[in-house]
Amino acid sequence: MKKRIGVFVCHCGINIAGTVDVDKAAKKLAEHQDVEHSVDYVYMCSDPGQNMIKEAIKEKKLDSIVVSCCSPTLHESTFRKAAKEAGINEFQCEIANIREQCSWVHKDKEKATEKAEKITKSAVERVAKNESLEPIGFPVTSRALVIGGGIAGIQAALDIADSGYEVILVEREPSIGGHMIQLSETFPTLDCSQCILTPKMVEVSKHPNIKLMTYSEVQEISGYVGNFNVKILKKPTYVDPDACTLCDDCTEACPVVVPNEFDLGLTGRKAIYIPFPQAIPATFTLDIKNCPGLLPIACGKCADVCEPDAIDYDMEPEVVEEKVGAIVVATGFEQYDKEKMKEYGYGKYPDVLNGLQFERLLSASGPTQGKVLRPSDHKEPKEVVFIQCVGSRDPELHCSYCSKICCMYTAKHAMLYKHHVPDGQAYIFYIDIRSGGKNYEEFVQRTTEEDGVVYLRGKVSKIFEENNKITVWGVDTLTGKEIEINADMVVLAMALTPSKNSQELAKKLKLSTDKDGFLAEAHPKLRPVESITSGMFLAGAAQAPKDIPEVVAQASGAAAKAISILSQEQLFHSPMVAEVNETLCTGCGMCIDVCPYEALSLEQGKAEVNRVLCEGCGTCSATCLRAAVKVKNITPGQIFEMIDASVGG
Amino acid sequence: MTKDFEPTIVAFLCKWCSSAGSDLAGVSRMKYPPNVIPITVMCSGSVSPLYIFNAFQKGADGVLVSGCHPGDCHYIKGNFYARRRIALVKELLDFIGLESERFKMSWVSAAEGTKYTEIIKDFVKELKPLGPQKKLRRDQ
Ligand code: FES
Repeated sequence: MKKRIGVFVCHCGINIAGTVDVDKAAKKLAEHQDVEHSVDYVYMCSDPGQNMIKEAIKEKKLDSIVVSCCSPTLHESTFRKAAKEAGINEFQCEIANIREQCSWVHKDKEKATEKAEKITKSAVERVAKNESLEPIGFPVTSRALVIGGGIAGIQAALDIADSGYEVILVEREPSIGGHMIQLSETFPTLDCSQCILTPKMVEVSKHPNIKLMTYSEVQEISGYVGNFNVKILKKPTYVDPDACTLCDDCTEACPVVVPNEFDLGLTGRKAIYIPFPQAIPATFTLDIKNCPGLLPIACGKCADVCEPDAIDYDMEPEVVEEKVGAIVVATGFEQYDKEKMKEYGYGKYPDVLNGLQFERLLSASGPTQGKVLRPSDHKEPKEVVFIQCVGSRDPELHCSYCSKICCMYTAKHAMLYKHHVPDGQAYIFYIDIRSGGKNYEEFVQRTTEEDGVVYLRGKVSKIFEENNKITVWGVDTLTGKEIEINADMVVLAMALTPSKNSQELAKKLKLSTDKDGFLAEAHPKLRPVESITSGMFLAGAAQAPKDIPEVVAQASGAAAKAISILSQEQLFHSPMVAEVNETLCTGCGMCIDVCPYEALSLEQGKAEVNRVLCEGCGTCSATCLRAAVKVKNITPGQIFEMIDASVGG
Repeated sequence: MTKDFEPTIVAFLCKWCSSAGSDLAGVSRMKYPPNVIPITVMCSGSVSPLYIFNAFQKGADGVLVSGCHPGDCHYIKGNFYARRRIALVKELLDFIGLESERFKMSWVSAAEGTKYTEIIKDFVKELKPLGPQKKLRRDQ
């Protein structure tokens, strides 16, 4: 049956009309046999624009429409709603993208107009064969998964749990706390980081709605928004947390000493260890990589001394399967690879430290109980050089982006150093000072005015050890003078990068990453906590470097987004799913083999589609030799017409 | 003749990566020749070889199929099927004597506006010396 199609060409101010002759395009489309009505208007998405569409639908008795405008990712839902309000099925509305894919990328008006006409005609051909469809409803599992137990994951988990939903919080390391628990004090208030984080950690461990899984990793994810199936690998800790009394006898007995990750190698730990005193869960972990062997013949000393018999060498890795409705990914950051920063002597000279190591030195719970001492000889450093942008803002050799938090934490480092060593001198090499944030600029001012920190604008060219000192060569670009400082210690503000394994996890979750490996948000301005995959949300430095208040805000945002899914009784699924023509289907089963969702099965010799599982990808339809299966509203028949319109036949 | 010849290209872009990547090219106001008409499909895996031949029969001078990077397909593995199919299409084109350079497959992610722009520019450049495609074109 011939349709009555309306075409609405948007000017988008001059965004489209500047390059496309919208009037001409609308007139051209009016010639199409199925088009009853074709007009242009300055802003179709505005209220008057939408009203115009609605009125036209009623007046001209249109049964389907094409809006020629911006990308369907922006206004498809606006116009589908408008169509619905005017009484036609929302799937009788198609968008022709003549802005992002036409007017914005071309200069020649005539050619761009011709192309816009073709794109619009192609949409007209498509809508001419569209069926009216209704979204498919399906139930939601009202539990969430939070991946990563740093401040971002902790905040998100608490928010979701406080709203009454169950949360599974998965952390790779033996304790939650992330990097924030390693910090000394936080800018700009100088709050003690552990003092403000540990109450939240305890809350997580006590919360009735949170199931905490530390020393665990997400292995596999399948399903879709509202109904994800997750497989989580619980690595064996070889210690029964319920039996362990935290007496510490095992660590004394353990003969193996390895660098302590919590102190970034500034101290050592045993192969059986508790990461730090306030660890949650409070229990020991036997690090199998460094243990001489689980057999009593190999060592067995820890089990020998363990009075409550909490150590169990037979513990096996366990895979736990969980069902969740929404996922928050908060896998955090790490510091730039030290191997790539050899020019600053990092890893070569013991008194060249990275920012996190310096945090540990400043921390009251750190290796020196908060005294600033050189790792090499335990002397108090009297001159310390801090270098900003180590690996950041260096597109030729390292990371092109700004790591955002280094200006502030370096100012804090210098200030705290002066509080510890009042007669010492701190120098900071910087490119620019970026202190945007509440009370941040004042904080930086304080370092120079009250603590006499010397800021030197310029880059460091060389660092080398000489006579027990670390000589730093640089240039002050403001005075143009070369500078040489014989320092006792150098602290590098290393670039932040996404945490290792986050790429692998992103692959498992089907999340996209940006060029630097950070998780990509669905829209940089308007959907900053959503990922491109519905039901998965992002929080914290996994998405981009950011400071604690921003992380907390984003985590709460991600939690709110997750809750908005968990609180639904039903979610709706696009009805553009596959459909089998039983007359043509011979039951060969090829479509069943290629379907990524196991949405097809053979029933009485014919392929059958499970409408909830089908995502409408169309792989089946491209595979079927008899054209017996097609995806609704994007059928091969429609594509052929669209090709025809595109090539101009 | 080839100097003024402007090839017509039909580009099948998957909705999740390549179409989004081409949107990004637009948002970033990159410029590329207007010879390409995009058709957004759900996934590169849904592009049947029939679509490609149909486009050539209707008179396209070049056909592009672009999807998410291997391993990144929104539908898990659609682009792996596409990749296999496309290899066959290339062979078939060679077999029937149509320059297989007229057909191209690319991987463009949602973040790769620049890459999309380059692909279109290059494809237009490569198609120009080949002149109009007449071999499969059905006279209309
Ligand atoms: S969705 Fe992009 S290739 Fe499958």
